Amino acid sequence: MAPGAWWEEPVHPLERAWVVIAALIAVVFFSAMMLIWHAFGQQNVVGRAYRVDPKAYQAEVERFVQQHKVGEEAGQPVVAPPPGADVYMLAQRFRFYPILKLKAGERYVLHVASLDYLHGFSITQPHVWNLQLYPGYEWVIPFVPREPGTYHMACNEFCGVGHEMMLGKIVVER
Amino acid sequence: MVEVRTCPVTGFRVHRAAEDLVKANAVAAVVALLVGGLAAIVVLFTRWMGAFPPEAFYQYLALHAWNMLIFWIIFFEIALLHFAGSIMLNTRPASPAVGWASFGLMALGALMVNRAVLTNPLNHLSFQPYPPLQGTPDFYLGTILFAVGALLGVGHFFATVHKAYRDRTHQGPLPLVVFGAFVAAVLAVATLLVGALVYVPAFLWSVGVIPNLDPFLWKLAYWGFGHPSQQINLAAMIAVWYLLAFLTVGGRTPSEKVSRAAFVLYLVAINLGSAHHLQTEPSGALSVGWKWVNTGYLVHLAVLGSMIHAFAVPGSVEVGQRLRGYTRGLFEWLVRGPWHNPAFSSLVLSVALFGFLGGTTGVIAGTEQLNLKWHNTTAIMGHFHGTVVGGTTLAFMGVTWYVLPLIFRRRVVGERLARWQPWLFGIGVALLVLAYLQLGVRYGLPRKHPDIFRFRGLPLAFPWPEEVYGLLAVAGVGGLLALVGGALFVGLVVATVLAGKRLSDEELRREYALPVAGGARELPAVPGTFALCLVFAAFFVLMYLGNYWNLSRSWPIGG
Repeated sequence: MAPGAWWEEPVHPLERAWVVIAALIAVVFFSAMMLIWHAFGQQNVVGRAYRVDPKAYQAEVERFVQQHKVGEEAGQPVVAPPPGADVYMLAQRFRFYPILKLKAGERYVLHVASLDYLHGFSITQPHVWNLQLYPGYEWVIPFVPREPGTYHMACNEFCGVGHEMMLGKIVVER
Repeated sequence: MVEVRTCPVTGFRVHRAAEDLVKANAVAAVVALLVGGLAAIVVLFTRWMGAFPPEAFYQYLALHAWNMLIFWIIFFEIALLHFAGSIMLNTRPASPAVGWASFGLMALGALMVNRAVLTNPLNHLSFQPYPPLQGTPDFYLGTILFAVGALLGVGHFFATVHKAYRDRTHQGPLPLVVFGAFVAAVLAVATLLVGALVYVPAFLWSVGVIPNLDPFLWKLAYWGFGHPSQQINLAAMIAVWYLLAFLTVGGRTPSEKVSRAAFVLYLVAINLGSAHHLQTEPSGALSVGWKWVNTGYLVHLAVLGSMIHAFAVPGSVEVGQRLRGYTRGLFEWLVRGPWHNPAFSSLVLSVALFGFLGGTTGVIAGTEQLNLKWHNTTAIMGHFHGTVVGGTTLAFMGVTWYVLPLIFRRRVVGERLARWQPWLFGIGVALLVLAYLQLGVRYGLPRKHPDIFRFRGLPLAFPWPEEVYGLLAVAGVGGLLALVGGALFVGLVVATVLAGKRLSDEELRREYALPVAGGARELPAVPGTFALCLVFAAFFVLMYLGNYWNLSRSWPIGG
């Protein structure tokens, strides 16, 4: 083989077969799966987001809390909005506020925003899913708390020393 | 002192100026590995059993991340660029002075970042220091100086390649290993320029010139730096894989054309993959279409590149071994590999760990919907310990067993112990990764969290299922094994550099002769590799679908 003629070498059939298999898996199948899940799956990161002034958002959350408050736990209000309602939560160093009480199998529209730093909205125990929060952005995204139970939240984006104290709770009733 | 020598093993013309630059950068890399490894002790025992207070955890996590992910790996890569550009192309470095300026800036930057983290809690910022969290100016300045130094080193590599062609010390196409290093260098330029785009404003913000940074735009731009910087590691690691296949068994890629095309796919597509860090961001700010195109089709072209290397690298080993006469059955070439050589064990373990644990999990975690389960959990730590630790770090450790005799010209101290090193390290990393993957995806354990046991005793604190503590112990034992393997590596390297027996040319020629893999014009077919790749493909697809099944049982969202 002349030096530099590497582009003229034939490729062995086994390697050619592997390139085709790999392309079908990675480029065709994996990419298509994302779209298929949008069409048929029930878990998609599709919602809306608005730029929001943190103070205005906090006031909105406070209105929501006053309207649907049913009790108190661990110094936090427990809020039980009716099925189908817009539910509000705020993330702030170092808390998720308020505690939500929801009905299993009902659809709610979640509003959530950070007041100060980046935070991780993580329903962790039992594990449901995680969303990224930013100060100044209000996330609006529908969801269905499917199974009853007590769901614990922990911030999973480092937000400064004290991050480990940032906890929250969602109670889902039958 | 002679200015040029001919390596008795490889036949390369080795210029003293290049050799000194390789040595300096490699030594700095190992020092960073040592510091990062010591910091890992605090991180490991805090996650395992809450042994240290949260403040210490954040501080040592920052030290661990910066020293391992940035300083160890990039110093080693710059050493690799001096080796590939100058030694492999038989030329003097284009400008040793620039090479040393690069080294000096990087060393200064690394010291500044370490000092900033050690002296001020504001700088307990690990690899993702998202504003509005703000460090002190010297922290940002350190990162900038380090990046400028690295950029200078990369520019010097290009100049050296140019010089090799101009002086005709090298003719024809670049050898595959240098080609891979070249691709890594091009990625590095793009990456470091984007790095300037985030760290220069962050520095100006920290000194008060800019009043504030948009947290969303900063994170978006940040990942144009954060993940591509890992793609440099990927390309460099794969170049090292090909180099190790050549050094350990006389391996050659089954097809130069396919291997080079796979590297080019990285150039075309891989930086776009950074969008996969924005999968659970407020949508509306980022459209579904944008995420889909970037993290689907575009990044999957780069995944295709990696899957091709997943064939071509073991294929290179199989070619070398079959040419050396190990032709029986599908797997004699693998079974009868030179397992006494720690570089060979490192290569095999690095490919397996990167492929099965690091690579597949990256694709899964980066898939739009699947990220809902993975985002910021310990599963992400599982992923990147599979890539940069099990993959890149182990590959770099493997090639070090050749750097010591061929560049430092000293016999490796404790060669029998060295045989154990890749296994201790590799098995340890594998346990750690598997446990963290499970803890993250199944139990949602948050990453960067120092106190999942007590949550500082707050009223909202909660217990975890029993299995979590068992898995944490598995990760802990794995991490401990990896630490022992890492300590063994650093210990043997330091002992060799300081006290290893000096090797004469004659001894080098006799004891380190490269395997001769016949002079056949026709390369043998690689059916064993093909079979292994089919197993890998089945594993990959099953893991991918398994994750969708797992997701389907979660609360519906977004509908």
